[in-house]
Amino acid sequence: MPVRILTGNQAAAEAVKLCKVQVVSAYPITPSTSLTEYLAEWIERGVLKAEYVRVESEHSVMTVCVAASTVGARVFTSTSSHGLLYMHEQLHWAAGSRLPIVTCVINRGVGAPWSIFNDQQDSIAQRDTGWIQLYCRDNQEIIDTVIQAYRIAEQAYCPVMVCYDGFVLSHTMMPVEIPDADRVNGFLPPYKPHTILSQEAPRNINPVIFPNQRRDADGILRDGYMEFRWKLQHALEGARDVIVDVNREFAAAFGRDHGGMLWEHKLEDAEVCIVGIGSIASEATMAADILREEGIRAGVVGIRSYRPFPRAEIREALKKAPAIVIFEKNISYGYEGALCADIKAALYGTGVEAPVHNYIAGLGGRDVKAAELADAVRSSLADIAGGVRERQTWLNCVTE
Amino acid sequence: MEIKDDNISAMCKPAIGEAGRTGDWRDATPVIDNAKCIASVKNRPACYLCWLYCPDGVVRAGIPVQIDLDYCKGCGICAEECPAQAITMVMHEEVKQCR
Repeated sequence: MPVRILTGNQAAAEAVKLCKVQVVSAYPITPSTSLTEYLAEWIERGVLKAEYVRVESEHSVMTVCVAASTVGARVFTSTSSHGLLYMHEQLHWAAGSRLPIVTCVINRGVGAPWSIFNDQQDSIAQRDTGWIQLYCRDNQEIIDTVIQAYRIAEQAYCPVMVCYDGFVLSHTMMPVEIPDADRVNGFLPPYKPHTILSQEAPRNINPVIFPNQRRDADGILRDGYMEFRWKLQHALEGARDVIVDVNREFAAAFGRDHGGMLWEHKLEDAEVCIVGIGSIASEATMAADILREEGIRAGVVGIRSYRPFPRAEIREALKKAPAIVIFEKNISYGYEGALCADIKAALYGTGVEAPVHNYIAGLGGRDVKAAELADAVRSSLADIAGGVRERQTWLNCVTE
Repeated sequence: MEIKDDNISAMCKPAIGEAGRTGDWRDATPVIDNAKCIASVKNRPACYLCWLYCPDGVVRAGIPVQIDLDYCKGCGICAEECPAQAITMVMHEEVKQCR
């Protein structure tokens, strides 16, 4: 299989082509990225046989995706930061309609004040929209995860966000192995919508739903609003198995295993477990290696699926952890990092009493080097030895 | 045995009564005076503005004009639009004697 030097956005575009996406909708201006430009060019040249629907906003982008997916097209879009925030309402509609739309989110900070640089506040803020969220640590994982995302989405009938860090991955070149097109065809069967619309069997889609179940004109008891909400929650919980299975099948077909719900690095004997999402977790593996050279046994857990959250996997991975240090590029204002809160919640009642230190890092593109992560872990270990069980630190930030 | 709703997203088939008997939402009921209604007076298909304007499609454009009270929500648009002022909206407590 050929290896090419690609940016994260080029890798994602290659995946979209391999998945034979039929409809792409985009608002291809800031805050979009080069990803939609590559797709526009390929569709114009006939390299990718798809409809490219240009609209006036990201809100309309997702509306187009919802409509096209409803009538049976495999659809794709991508956006960033404010574009994703503007899409927010339609994200709920896509998930509630149980449409397997795949969207790349090129993670960037949100205003005010304006930033075009990387952090993960944009996608973390969409956590509760009912979308599956997968995060990538490098460009190889981007191309592979987009392909997996269509399998997951079309099996679970849930939309999937493939999130990767803006600039750090989206605009950085690295070697990427391009999966064989025939093998992708074998891995990804054609999309079959959950409801086939036709003139013979017309449907009202998403009518007003009353609080309670009710009988329709045929006397059939139809679900109420809460039943549909439960079905979505049940689907997201069930998507955990789908994500793990699809990753396993992908590894068998293409020889690359990116972890199902999460991945681990030198965790077996770790005296300190570093946890992160996306490229900062990738960076943390370098920090762990630096620490190990000094005799500090550090390991890393990288979260791949943020929703559904890897509750069981986190419990297993961190059950022996003497100390936990979490680095994340988001802040749930008035509390702590969203990942930190979720990890603590997952550990509740399991008997794990390890101190948890939370580092808010890299907001709005502030650089984070592996050596600085290693420094932070050393400082946390010293504090933990002194009895400090909880700590929130803004890394590389003036806070006085 | 109860048939289970196996749809994973909300949908229904377009059918009369799909949303239940919405006529019971009604406070005021349209009552037609056929001595004034243009279609009835001319005894041929004519006017039918009530049929055209009804947002719920419950007016049958016949001779005489008929309104399906199982689904009429009593909005009063037909009465407002009728050029012959043949339709009167009657509050519910008086409806029985009019029917």
